[in-house]
Amino acid sequence: MHDLQCESLSKRFGAYTAVDSVSFAVPRGSFFSILGPSGCGKTTLMRMIAGFETPTGGDIRIKGRSVLSTPPNKRPVKMVFQHLALFPMMNVGENIAYGLRCRGENRADIARKVARVLDRVGLPGAAEKQVSQLSGGQKQRIAIARCMVLEPDVLLLDEPLGALDLKLRERMKIELKQLQHQFETTFLYITHDQSEALLMSDNVAVMNAGRFEQIGAPQDLYNNPKTGFVAGFVGDSNRWPGRALSVSDGKVRVAIDGGGEAIALAGDERIAAGGPVELFVRPEVISIGAGSGNGLEGTVESLLFNGASSRILVRMANGHLVEVGQAVMDGSVKIAPGETVAIGWSRSHGRAFSVAG
Amino acid sequence: MKTTFALAATTALALFMAGNAAQAETLRLLTWGGYAPDNVIKLFEEANPDITVEVTLSNNEEMVAKLRATGGAGYDLAQPSHDRIFAAQQEYNIYKPLDLSKIETANLAPNLLDGVKANATIDGALYAVPHQWGTSGIVADISKAPNVKGWGDLCNPEYKGRTSMRLRRTILLGTAFSLGKDPFALYGDKAAYQTMLDEVTEKLIACKDNVKTYWNGGDDLSTLLLSGEVVVSEAWDSTAFKLYGQNKNLVYVPPETGALAWIDTFVIPRKGEADDAAYKWINFVMKPEIVKLMSDSTGAIAAVSNGIDLLPDDKQAAVKAAFDEQDLTNLKFFANIPAGLEDMEGKALERIKAATSN
Amino acid sequence: MARTDIGKLSLILLFAPFALWIALLIILPQLGIGYISLREKVGPGEYTFGFANYIAFLSEPIYWNTLLRTAWMSILVTAMALAVGFPVAYYIAKIARRRARAALFLMCLIPLWVSDLVRAFGWIVILRETGLVSTFLQKIGLVGGPVELLYNDATVVMGLVYTVVLFMIVPLVSTLDGMDNSLIEAGYNLGGSRFTVFRRIVVPYAMPGIVAGCIIVFMLTAGSYLTPILLGGKNSMWFTEQIYEQFVTRYNWESGATFGVLLLVFTSFVVWLGLRLTGQSLASTVAKD
Repeated sequence: MHDLQCESLSKRFGAYTAVDSVSFAVPRGSFFSILGPSGCGKTTLMRMIAGFETPTGGDIRIKGRSVLSTPPNKRPVKMVFQHLALFPMMNVGENIAYGLRCRGENRADIARKVARVLDRVGLPGAAEKQVSQLSGGQKQRIAIARCMVLEPDVLLLDEPLGALDLKLRERMKIELKQLQHQFETTFLYITHDQSEALLMSDNVAVMNAGRFEQIGAPQDLYNNPKTGFVAGFVGDSNRWPGRALSVSDGKVRVAIDGGGEAIALAGDERIAAGGPVELFVRPEVISIGAGSGNGLEGTVESLLFNGASSRILVRMANGHLVEVGQAVMDGSVKIAPGETVAIGWSRSHGRAFSVAG
Repeated sequence: MKTTFALAATTALALFMAGNAAQAETLRLLTWGGYAPDNVIKLFEEANPDITVEVTLSNNEEMVAKLRATGGAGYDLAQPSHDRIFAAQQEYNIYKPLDLSKIETANLAPNLLDGVKANATIDGALYAVPHQWGTSGIVADISKAPNVKGWGDLCNPEYKGRTSMRLRRTILLGTAFSLGKDPFALYGDKAAYQTMLDEVTEKLIACKDNVKTYWNGGDDLSTLLLSGEVVVSEAWDSTAFKLYGQNKNLVYVPPETGALAWIDTFVIPRKGEADDAAYKWINFVMKPEIVKLMSDSTGAIAAVSNGIDLLPDDKQAAVKAAFDEQDLTNLKFFANIPAGLEDMEGKALERIKAATSN
Repeated sequence: MARTDIGKLSLILLFAPFALWIALLIILPQLGIGYISLREKVGPGEYTFGFANYIAFLSEPIYWNTLLRTAWMSILVTAMALAVGFPVAYYIAKIARRRARAALFLMCLIPLWVSDLVRAFGWIVILRETGLVSTFLQKIGLVGGPVELLYNDATVVMGLVYTVVLFMIVPLVSTLDGMDNSLIEAGYNLGGSRFTVFRRIVVPYAMPGIVAGCIIVFMLTAGSYLTPILLGGKNSMWFTEQIYEQFVTRYNWESGATFGVLLLVFTSFVVWLGLRLTGQSLASTVAKD
């Protein structure tokens, strides 16, 4: 049983197609993210689900029932807005009680439910506070509590972490995931930040130019991207243009523009010998020192120390700058800018995708 | 050639001096609409090149209020009606005694001059001379209201919703006459006057339903009558004569109890700064050829011996159609208002205004 | 030292015109009016001080009835201006496209380009018995004879609403403009009906603008002169007219000044009452930055 299903959902504004025949299904109780750059249509998609936009085509089903004819205030989906949209003229308790009062529940029930949901988001006794007295993270939790108190089938979240500072954002990612777990509600999360999507989601859909490029578990997207866009957008990656020399057995031999050759997995079926390709290699699979598989040479340009995600920048003979990430800063490898080094990675760690045109 | 040059030089000099105001005098005139027509001002300024005339239009109440506010400053010549001199001067001291020797009194109609003298002399000093006179009465559209006789017809249910009046003291007095009283005779007895006012107030409140609206100035009166919305109204004869020119059905009817006559005067405000210019203006507009222009503009009759003859032809006809000899002898000139009476009248007017009607 | 002195001096010089303006044109005349209102006339040119003018006001039902009537009709005009202005302001601020807004705003401004007097005469031409509306109604056969649409309270209220509605729209637009659309969407999303969203979200949010607009409109209406008198005709009875009558027709400055003070005090009291009832303060509405 799916809580939310979209089928061939489209939205056109005049000649412009914002959402182009998107289909997906979100299983009950899962955390589903839609990841894409700004302007890819993800907000329009979410607004259609919430009922603020009418689809040009396709269907939206919640718990199996089409909601296209249901007005926004009757849909069993609640939404956490980008800037949270807490009502400034109400205190915290009134904000949370708003939806319950709209339903016409009695006072005693409302008070009880408000207290309980505040407990669950870790802000017991905050009902009397003014919204302006809350910190960014607390506001976030109230915005979620305001929706969750209504026990929606699906909770929509529209980049709610965007307005927070970095440190708080990191913490809220984890908190959100925990809240979702605790409420056991289906979350549909929209973001342009791949780390948010990867960290929290059970499934992620990568969206580009109104279409879904790939839907899958985070590890799947990271390790087995199906398109060049996904490979480039999800996680960090070195990216070099080149040309396919030969294709065999799911492997491609790529001549990198500017010099050098490497063997990589063929990312799609359209790769043909002689055709233009892009080669993606993640920094963490590249190590200093020639190994088995692919190897190139270059000069160390700089060392970027950043704990677990430290990098070495190597300028290769073919002119490309390479980020090298594998076990470089543990002090075991002595290296200094200006040195000539060999870098290498396994043949199954690189991935080549055909380039249209 | 020489004269042209001289003229040009004087003009240039006049222009130069205009801003200076020391040489070129300004005559600041506070008067009624129509009492300083452009053609008369132009002739006057040609005859007296060193004087420029500035006109402010007003009415009796505002003239007194304005002069009171400044203690009689700001204007050099004003034209309140003859019954607005005595009490205003006594109470607010806003006028200057006139020097009759500077006025060509020979031009003035002796009866009007004597009337004004009787009204506007305080401690032997004379404060006003007459300029024009006219009457308040009724104007009626004889095609729709042929039998109008007097003030009482304003409240005649036959003309319900088709009558109008000006809610000022004139209508109180007119109504009093129509009720068979003589308000001027009661001026001396406040208690009796109040009793009379109460009766008049009651009558006018009862009459309010009959009235379409109260008019405020000659323009709205004219519109109401010309559009046919009103067929019987209190009116100034001068306005009525103008209307007669546009629609021969609109005839001025002196009420059978006597039309109420007013005389607009000349007074010099206490702090007037151009007395000579003021006297020049007074003498100028009383010249027969100017009187004709003036009467054409105001519709009122000049306070000169042959005033009616100096009216433009069409107005002369209107006057002759309206007044017969008996009407003229029956005129009721406004008497000086004793202090305190206007307050009583004001209250009566307020009560009428506040009364509800449909 | 010298530098701060110069700074101070320039500040004083900058403020001087404003301070003079306030002092000479607002405070001084008010003090004068207050002074005259306490003066009692005993004879020609003789005065004493006391509250006789105020007592005279209270003992004459015509006066305080007129004041109450003026206040009541002003409240009615304010309410109607709000009812008319709110949808317009909402449309301009929330629904109209950016580019259309300036044009719409300008259209609201047009009535202000002609003077009060001209506007009132415009209404007279349209509404009088031989005017446009009456003629039109007769032509299409809706009425048998000419109808008089002037000289009644409804016309006065309508004329006043027309005159003041812009002063309601401007503060409303600026408050509503600052409202995030997502607040409204959140209101719907959480289950609110149109009415609930309007009553519990839009109105409370716009409250500072509503109160500011109402105060301005109420004060303007209560202090207006030409519109009620010209359109009200024989039944106008507006308090400003009483003041004018006292000053000009009756030469009674003392009582005119008293009426002036009373109008100021009474309208201020109504505004204060309104603020109390809506739980707003001047600082949170009119003086809002």
